[in-house]
Amino acid sequence: MRKALPILGRDDPGIDPAVHGGVPSSRDAPEVALRALDQLWFQVSGTVCNLHCNHCFIACSPENHSFWFMTREEVGTALAESVQLGVKEYYFTGGEPFMNRDMLGILEDALALGPVTVLTNGTLLPQRMVDGLRRLANGSRYSLELRVSIDGVTHAMNDAIRGVGAFERAVAAVGRLAAAGFLPIITTMQSWEDRETDQILRDFKALLASVGYDRARLKILPPLRIGAEADRDRGYDVAERVTNDMMEAYPAELLLCSSARLVTNSGVWVCPILLDYPSGLVGATLAEAVSAPARLAEQACYTCWVNGAICSNVAVGTKNFT
Amino acid sequence: MTLTRYSRVAVFGGVYSNHLALAAAIRDAKLREVDAMVCLGDLGAFGPNPDRVFPILHSNDVSVVKGNYDDSISRGLDDCQCGYTEPRDNYYARLSYQYTFKNTSAKNRAWMGTFPDEIRFQLGDLTVLACHGSPRQMNEFLWESTTPTHFLDMLSREHKTDVIVSTHTGIHWERRWGDFNAYVNVGALGRPANDGRTEVWYSVLEAEGQDLAVEFVPVTYDHEALAREMRDEELPEEFVETILTGWWTTCLEILPGKERAAGKF
Repeated sequence: MRKALPILGRDDPGIDPAVHGGVPSSRDAPEVALRALDQLWFQVSGTVCNLHCNHCFIACSPENHSFWFMTREEVGTALAESVQLGVKEYYFTGGEPFMNRDMLGILEDALALGPVTVLTNGTLLPQRMVDGLRRLANGSRYSLELRVSIDGVTHAMNDAIRGVGAFERAVAAVGRLAAAGFLPIITTMQSWEDRETDQILRDFKALLASVGYDRARLKILPPLRIGAEADRDRGYDVAERVTNDMMEAYPAELLLCSSARLVTNSGVWVCPILLDYPSGLVGATLAEAVSAPARLAEQACYTCWVNGAICSNVAVGTKNFT
Repeated sequence: MTLTRYSRVAVFGGVYSNHLALAAAIRDAKLREVDAMVCLGDLGAFGPNPDRVFPILHSNDVSVVKGNYDDSISRGLDDCQCGYTEPRDNYYARLSYQYTFKNTSAKNRAWMGTFPDEIRFQLGDLTVLACHGSPRQMNEFLWESTTPTHFLDMLSREHKTDVIVSTHTGIHWERRWGDFNAYVNVGALGRPANDGRTEVWYSVLEAEGQDLAVEFVPVTYDHEALAREMRDEELPEEFVETILTGWWTTCLEILPGKERAAGKF
């Protein structure tokens, strides 16, 4: 039996990049084997989104058709394969998943097999959709988690990133979800200094309580400095890259790519972050993808190396608040 | 290898230093004339005076599987390996761990280091694997709402067992599949099951042939005496509140949506 999964703190001296001198290159990229397919992700709305967020690491928008919507049948094929592979959790992302017209049917299929998390911007959750989600959740033995992205505690702060009107719609949706008995996980990208975090958290809790959500679950994500975010703030520094040296004392199981794969309408990717990179493609089918290792060739891998599996609901190294 | 064969066993989950509940559960299990008693680890944490648990286990011949807390305490690690990321949860987890480490004797710490990662036995005609979190990982949480049946089936096939019993989450539940496969989370003796009741839980498993019966047993014990002892030891009032009300007040981050929604906080 494997012992306890190691716990790696953000202040663990074993991950100090300062000890690794020189400028690494992608040729030195380490590989990470898949130890078990615990998480199966679906790019269920491709790269199509109703918003134009200026921090999106895959620059999703109404015009970005690089990846297209998945059909209920396509999702169903992967779900059927996932049973044999012993998948533990299903995640649905995009783009905006609720732009997929088959979304409720897809969720019904997934919830028949296991726990489901949907990552949404919360702008397409009218009462009838919330009611539909409630019915699905009531009909399953498994948890249905909604992760709603809100990137600020005020209209000004959020809408500067997510676009005019996004704040009001997402916050109202959280109120509807809470009234329906959901405990949505609010995710927010840290666009502020660390010293401001405590105040931001207090403001978030007050904001969410104002719409009837007083048991707020909050998840603060680090910026991924690729896609639109590279222009909004900055890209990675040249030395911010994972090398073989850096993996020597590092528990690879903390990385999402050691336990997850992402299915799209055209191929299987190593994780939800590297969709724009050819190195992220690990197979045409799920069967191929589970035997291919992940290659930490992109600079975004550095963010996961520092923070752990940031995409998971609960993962060591991320910042979650209850 | 020939496994020891039983027909009825009592299985205790995390004790978390709740020696009063452990003693009460053992009394109850003996009345039920079980063949053996197995504890799935995490002897310390949360509760008062951790050394009081050990003589009870010794004198009643309870077999113990190693939990992540036992692993940490016996090896002198920095934390309990529960993997909290939430600062408030971490604050309480650290307080609890430091108190437990300081108040566990060197002899008991050394004994915890000898616990096996798993215990296998025969129950009727079924093989049973008893572990702390999951057969593949000591600190893996198997919650009812986040554990697919096909995942449990994979674990049972890979680890060559009909029945898996574990704890770690603190909330009891069971799942059956196939002709005779089962997973049983036996619950925890250390604190209530986040259900507004002050009882804690253990499990009795009985099999005749391949026919398995599982009973979740609520244990009534002097929880007010435990609360007094916790206050005497200056343990956090938030922990005492859980013992007195049955609602979890800390370690909430790890709860999936369904289990969290069923609680108060």
